[in-house]
Amino acid sequence: MTTFTPPPLPSDDKRWKIVNGTMRKNGFARHALIETLHTVQSSFGYLDDDSIRFVARSLRVPLSQAYGVATFYHYFSLKPPGEHTMTICTGTACYIKGADKLLAESEMKLGVALGQTTADGKVSLMTARCVGACSRAPVVLCDGKVSGEMSREQLIEQLERWTVE
Amino acid sequence: MNLDELELIARSVRQENAAYDYELNVCMDLACASQGAEMLREALIATGDTSGKKVLVRRTGCMGPCSSGPMVRVDPDDTLYGHVHADHAEKILSSLGNEPVAVLQCDLNEHFDKQVRVVLENAGHIDPEKIDDYIARDGYKALLTALTEMTPNGVVHRITESGLRGRGGGGYPTGLKWGTVAKAGGDVKYIVCNGDEGDPGAFMDRSVMEGDPHRIIEGMAIAGYAVGASKGFMYVRAEYPVAVARLTTALREARRRGLLGSNLCGTTFNFDVEIRLGAGAFVCGEETALIASIEGKRGTPKPRPPYPAVSGLWGKPTLINNVETFANIAPIVRNGGKWFANMGSERSKGTKVFALTGKIANTGLVEVPMGIKLREIIEVIGGGVPNGHTFKAVQTGGPSGGCIPAEMLDLGVSYDALLKVGSIMGSGGMIVMDDTSCMVNVARFFVEFCMTESCGKCIPCRAGTAQMYKLLTRICDGSGTMDDLSLLEELCVTVKETSLCGLGMTAPNPVLSTLKYFRNEYVDHIVHKRCTAGVCNIKAPAEVLA
Repeated sequence: MTTFTPPPLPSDDKRWKIVNGTMRKNGFARHALIETLHTVQSSFGYLDDDSIRFVARSLRVPLSQAYGVATFYHYFSLKPPGEHTMTICTGTACYIKGADKLLAESEMKLGVALGQTTADGKVSLMTARCVGACSRAPVVLCDGKVSGEMSREQLIEQLERWTVE
Repeated sequence: MNLDELELIARSVRQENAAYDYELNVCMDLACASQGAEMLREALIATGDTSGKKVLVRRTGCMGPCSSGPMVRVDPDDTLYGHVHADHAEKILSSLGNEPVAVLQCDLNEHFDKQVRVVLENAGHIDPEKIDDYIARDGYKALLTALTEMTPNGVVHRITESGLRGRGGGGYPTGLKWGTVAKAGGDVKYIVCNGDEGDPGAFMDRSVMEGDPHRIIEGMAIAGYAVGASKGFMYVRAEYPVAVARLTTALREARRRGLLGSNLCGTTFNFDVEIRLGAGAFVCGEETALIASIEGKRGTPKPRPPYPAVSGLWGKPTLINNVETFANIAPIVRNGGKWFANMGSERSKGTKVFALTGKIANTGLVEVPMGIKLREIIEVIGGGVPNGHTFKAVQTGGPSGGCIPAEMLDLGVSYDALLKVGSIMGSGGMIVMDDTSCMVNVARFFVEFCMTESCGKCIPCRAGTAQMYKLLTRICDGSGTMDDLSLLEELCVTVKETSLCGLGMTAPNPVLSTLKYFRNEYVDHIVHKRCTAGVCNIKAPAEVLA
């Protein structure tokens, strides 16, 4: 039986070492696929074809399975995020308190649809399925930071601050 | 670590705390933290240092009434302050020993009086990153008592006797589940904690994981001893980064104290826990899908049987319980099954934590004994619907549950009673809606959720929810017909009866329950082209009535 040698790192970018570290910690076991993709996303901001290929080869997982997992779970993004991200929570409590209006407002203000980034790469517009801050609905995350009881005016103000930066 | 050493730690922490004149407990849970609780804590520490009083400022988990946040509780006076900000620090410090600061005081006696705290007993009392704080409040006593004084069978028996049922929503008797895994053959078994709180509008599990992480670890370890497993997995949503960090710290601390690892308490029992991150898939709350996800695959459910209790993670017998279920274990082992069975209603024992949100005055976490009337939760604990609006419905069980109308508010909360009226207990989301919510639109919201979250494996769920969504959209924008309505009803039954897993089987519930109690709103949209709540954007003109 031949022993398995993981493929070389795609480049000398230090972030690959972090990704490799996660896989090594898990003994390059196949079940570490989701863990590893999490590390890729937190290091690079998103998953691209090269990274999915590298992880699949390293863990000896069929490319179809790796791509399947990357597209199945909403948390993984296959596109690079903008400089800033506005995430609008669309959980039930936020919906009851008017999150849909905040979303429509943001789409109009930024001129992009949900899940897209403005042409200048400044702002991405995303939604989250409940961040668990329901008692302060409606909630948005400005670059990951939770802001509760968000009004239309506050939201527009934040978006304007980002777009003129 | 043995019971004597544990007691020694507990005593030294209590002594240390007794050296302070006052304890300022600052709630640092998400809701309070997002309103400047961290700055408040720093200000209290800085002011405390110069005040000349011996003051302990402690970071704690969620205290419950989030709508009054940021919150501070002063002990030993038990004074509760709400809406506290950093510039209030001086006022609070100088009031110590004198009259409390009246303007900041919260009058929440009614809110707390009806509550019974078992799962949340430590909430607001311990620093979640300090294992010794947990030990000082009888933490890990149940685990060590079980290991040294009880047989695994004895533990299973005690859980069975307590009448505890699964808190994830299904309500399967926990003791029975444990017994099945304990009897399953094989050397390797697994314990899995389901922390994939996918119900949008519920955050009980997040608060427990962040505010009292050791309670879950202890529950899992006791389960491991009872069923003969030495490895546990904690599956947590990636959307809860603080919970992940707290649990990671808690696991490290527990290992350091010898409460996880090999030969616990000098016995032959080994146990350790690994964290696995979810990646945003509601279906992973279903146990077979969750197992697939831990194995690194897409979270698609499998037909049961075989149940995970017989063949689960990597084909081994696996015990899966929800966060809140595990959080109940240590108190039951400590106080006995009968103690727990004395609380609650006939077939639903103990307490339940609810995340009370929506159009209600006191939003936040509440823990109530089973059997309590919905009216008491909403009108007394929750403080009723604010801003002069009227109550319309309360939604329990999330996308798998239903909407309960005003005339049913005298219903006692239990698994069976909620099921009977077309909803479910669910994991504990409780969302209050007033006259500004359109029930057709609410049904559409949940169906859209299930449509996006359907894993696509079985047709009834994948295609059925999409067609239901189309029909509901038509009704919402005023172009629906009465034929659409009967088609929708027919489709609901088909999806409910023929889907593979719980997601599909329960996806029609929000539609069925709103049709049952709010049929007039559907008819209003279809016949009169009118949305009384003013939510829907009706495009079609009203039919001319003869």
